[in-house]
Amino acid sequence: MSTTFLTSILIWLPIAGAIVVWLLPLSRYATGSIAVLASLIEVGFWIEQASRFNFHSSSLQMSEQANWFGTTGPAHHTRPELGISYHVGVYGFSVWLVGLTAVAMAACIGYGFWVGRDRPRAYFALMLLLTGATVGVFESQDLILFYAFFEAMLIPLYILIGVWGGAKRMEATVKFVIYTMAGSLIMLAAIVVYGLHAGTFDLVHGPTSASRWLFLGFMLAFAIKAPLFPFHGWLPDSYREAPPEVTAVLSGVIAKAGLYGMLRIAIPLFTDPTGSQVLPAQFYRTAILALAAAALVYGSFLAFRAPDFRGVVAYSSLAQSGLITLGLFSGTTLGLNGAVLQMVAHGLVSVSLFLLAGVVERRTTTGDFALLGGMARGRPVLATLLMALGVISLAVPGSANFAGEFLILAGAFKLHWWWAVIGAGAIVLAAMYMLRLISAVLHEARGSTVADEAMDVRPGELALLAPLVAGLLLLSAWPAAVSHHSFVGRWPNQPNPNVIRTPLP
Amino acid sequence: MSLHTPHIDWFALATILALLAASGVSLLGAVLVPAQRRRTFSAIVSKLGFVGGLVASIWLYVDSSGHSESVVSGGFLRDRWTALAQIILCGVGLATTLLSWEHLGRNDDHIAEFFALLLASAAGMAFFVGAGNLMTLFLSLEWFSIALYVMCAIDYEQEGSLEAGLKYLVVGSFGSAALLFGSALVYGATGTVSFHGIAAAIGAHGLTGDSLLAVGIALIVAGLGFKMSAAPFHMWTPDVYEGAPTPVTAWMSAATKVAALVLAFRLMRTAFPQDEHLWSVAFAVIAVASLVIGNLAALVQTNVKRLLAYSSISHAGFMLIGLSAGSALGGRALMYYLIPYSAMAFGSFAVVAARERELGEPVTLENLAGFGWERPFLGVAMWLFMFGFAGLPVGGGFVGKFYVFAAAYDHGWAWLVVVGVLATLVSLYYYLGVVRAMYMRAPALALAGGSPPRDRFLHIAVGMALVVSVGSMFAVSPLIDLARNAASSLPF
Repeated sequence: MSTTFLTSILIWLPIAGAIVVWLLPLSRYATGSIAVLASLIEVGFWIEQASRFNFHSSSLQMSEQANWFGTTGPAHHTRPELGISYHVGVYGFSVWLVGLTAVAMAACIGYGFWVGRDRPRAYFALMLLLTGATVGVFESQDLILFYAFFEAMLIPLYILIGVWGGAKRMEATVKFVIYTMAGSLIMLAAIVVYGLHAGTFDLVHGPTSASRWLFLGFMLAFAIKAPLFPFHGWLPDSYREAPPEVTAVLSGVIAKAGLYGMLRIAIPLFTDPTGSQVLPAQFYRTAILALAAAALVYGSFLAFRAPDFRGVVAYSSLAQSGLITLGLFSGTTLGLNGAVLQMVAHGLVSVSLFLLAGVVERRTTTGDFALLGGMARGRPVLATLLMALGVISLAVPGSANFAGEFLILAGAFKLHWWWAVIGAGAIVLAAMYMLRLISAVLHEARGSTVADEAMDVRPGELALLAPLVAGLLLLSAWPAAVSHHSFVGRWPNQPNPNVIRTPLP
Repeated sequence: MSLHTPHIDWFALATILALLAASGVSLLGAVLVPAQRRRTFSAIVSKLGFVGGLVASIWLYVDSSGHSESVVSGGFLRDRWTALAQIILCGVGLATTLLSWEHLGRNDDHIAEFFALLLASAAGMAFFVGAGNLMTLFLSLEWFSIALYVMCAIDYEQEGSLEAGLKYLVVGSFGSAALLFGSALVYGATGTVSFHGIAAAIGAHGLTGDSLLAVGIALIVAGLGFKMSAAPFHMWTPDVYEGAPTPVTAWMSAATKVAALVLAFRLMRTAFPQDEHLWSVAFAVIAVASLVIGNLAALVQTNVKRLLAYSSISHAGFMLIGLSAGSALGGRALMYYLIPYSAMAFGSFAVVAARERELGEPVTLENLAGFGWERPFLGVAMWLFMFGFAGLPVGGGFVGKFYVFAAAYDHGWAWLVVVGVLATLVSLYYYLGVVRAMYMRAPALALAGGSPPRDRFLHIAVGMALVVSVGSMFAVSPLIDLARNAASSLPF
């Protein structure tokens, strides 16, 4: 049986689900059930995809290509038409990120069902739409298609935060949208220029480019989405004001789309595969590594100072984005392997932590450390979950995060020992802020908002969190599942070695 | 004495004739049909007229050859460029008929005249887009303009309607005068009014850069600028769009822009190809002005019709980017952009009309609160239109923007791409503001007045707009092929 349909179905199944959920005037319960079911089927299709994927091949697999616009008809213009196609497919690393999306979205949709969000049809439709768009980002192999999905993620997020968010959601959404769109539109301009000069918008067959401006245009969009210091201005507001499961998606999955953009576009299109010349990805390497290191250290310090549960996890995500960027731009296979592993591991950790923050907030109405404390007493499941996640997150040896960070640092060390020293220092900071979080929530004197009646984690919530934690433990036991099954040979394996030169320098 | 009449290819005028015939029948209905049946009668006539026009223009598109054929002694050009524009115009007209069917509910007096005028203005535009010389250009411009002046003022009991009509008349006449004066100067310089003749005369006499000709072109550009409501000729737009009955606004914002932009591209390409360096810069400047003024002014609007009026000015700017590129790619970009644009512009005003009917007062961002949840279909349609306007990938607006940017870059104007990108960024704020108003604000107190929803046809019209707007993103390839074939009938 042909397996290519799996790629497309992973994109369109949730979108079709969204339309069904939106159109059918069903009860809250039925609507939520359909959405959860759709997200579970999505996970099932991903498992099917991963099991049929050949991890020993470095080429694009399960790809589908269909003309979208601009290739048919006689080209009476001097140049061939803009070839833009619906081209999707997966590489090893894409499989893992698609899996992360499917699993994380299933947990978050389940969480939305569990807490009973208002206006369920709109809510679940948007969550499913977001799932499809994000998978689309991870699978598209055409720049315009990539851009379309990249932007399409923004629409459901905007409405999810704006409608179901906290009191200051309006400011948060405006900031979020303006920041991300600023980056994206500059990327669109870069895509247009690149595509017109390359004669194709296809990522697989596209040539590499020597233009620094184009590289910076792409990088800006990804750095805002990731986010990377100093483009993280939208992060604190959005992460605090969004509903917890949407914050979980933002940090666990959407941020990874920015990092994936670097991995799939900014690095391969701007690195010379033959190594004979210095192209922008190499030219700006030191600058980007410096920003990544700054994000790592600065984010860690901010996380240490943040006064609330979500603040700590939000800023730790900023730090982790920096760390992953360090791995991506180290230019070494070790670093790249570590970066992919860390994307998956941190995605799972931050989704779980934000959902747990939601769990705590539902019981105490706040995430403020001054009002929390002493929650471990009488709530063993909550304590166990938070401890386990905290320990994994601070990269205790043996955890998935440890493996990821170790690989990244080893990769960076090959470049220069200095980067590894900064990274290792930041890991110490991670221990500090995670332990502070754990003690502020679980231990210390009982907070004023923590009532005796506040329940432990309910079975329904455990059913959402347990698979995520189990996945993390599995990854901890066998990190090579991801890190040895992402790349075959050197990345980027661009089959087209040409370098195009645009009038832009 | 025998009168020599030119040979006329009546089939080439089929679209126009169908619309005119329907207009006449509708006008007769105003006299002959009893008042209580008049609305249904004239609406059906209008619908049949537009369907007939649509069929005729599709037929013309299929039947036309690759290049322009002049009919009526060069007064009208029959080609695919004309036919495609007529298809768009008739589609918008059909949707406008559906929207107007239940509108003007308190006042049945002028309903038959209203549809007659709608059809007459459509016929004028259908002629305008195919005009082949400066005389027919001016005549058809006045033809549809006069119909529009009256349509703006037709609901004279409504506050602002009469004012809108008067304002449009005064400013519109000024624009027409500029165009006429420019035509006279061009005639003075070249000695001919035919588009092809002008190009030949400029080539033969080496008139490129001739100052009389240059002033003539400038005045024609200004006159067309008024019709396409591009800055700095946009002053009338917000007031007229706000004051006119909303179905008329919907019709104007979509159809007038189609007609003016399509004709401008044809005129410049056909009559003044040697002066491309002049008009392409002029249109680029107008495009930038429209983008800046339209977007910045829209930021501070609270009345939704005014906001959409400024948004239409900024979109004129985007489409002018395609026009100013002047290339085949630019023509394609312009033609393609017009399809989702007219759907979104029409659709968004139709949604405003629905809200207006239930409130009985002008729609502002304030009283839009909660609309999205109360009327789920219209709400979703509106947010798709808004996101589509903003260039997010939920409609053809995204592909249209991509095409105009590509055309501008291809022309060597990277700076125009940058301006377009910045303008899009600014526009996001107010488009998202509409979505925010509909979904994210708690509805104000229940507003009194208005009538309960009675808008089956309005829903159909919005549905049509939605299908075209979203569908044009998926069916880019066929639409671009249509636009390519249309553009290839122009001389490049």
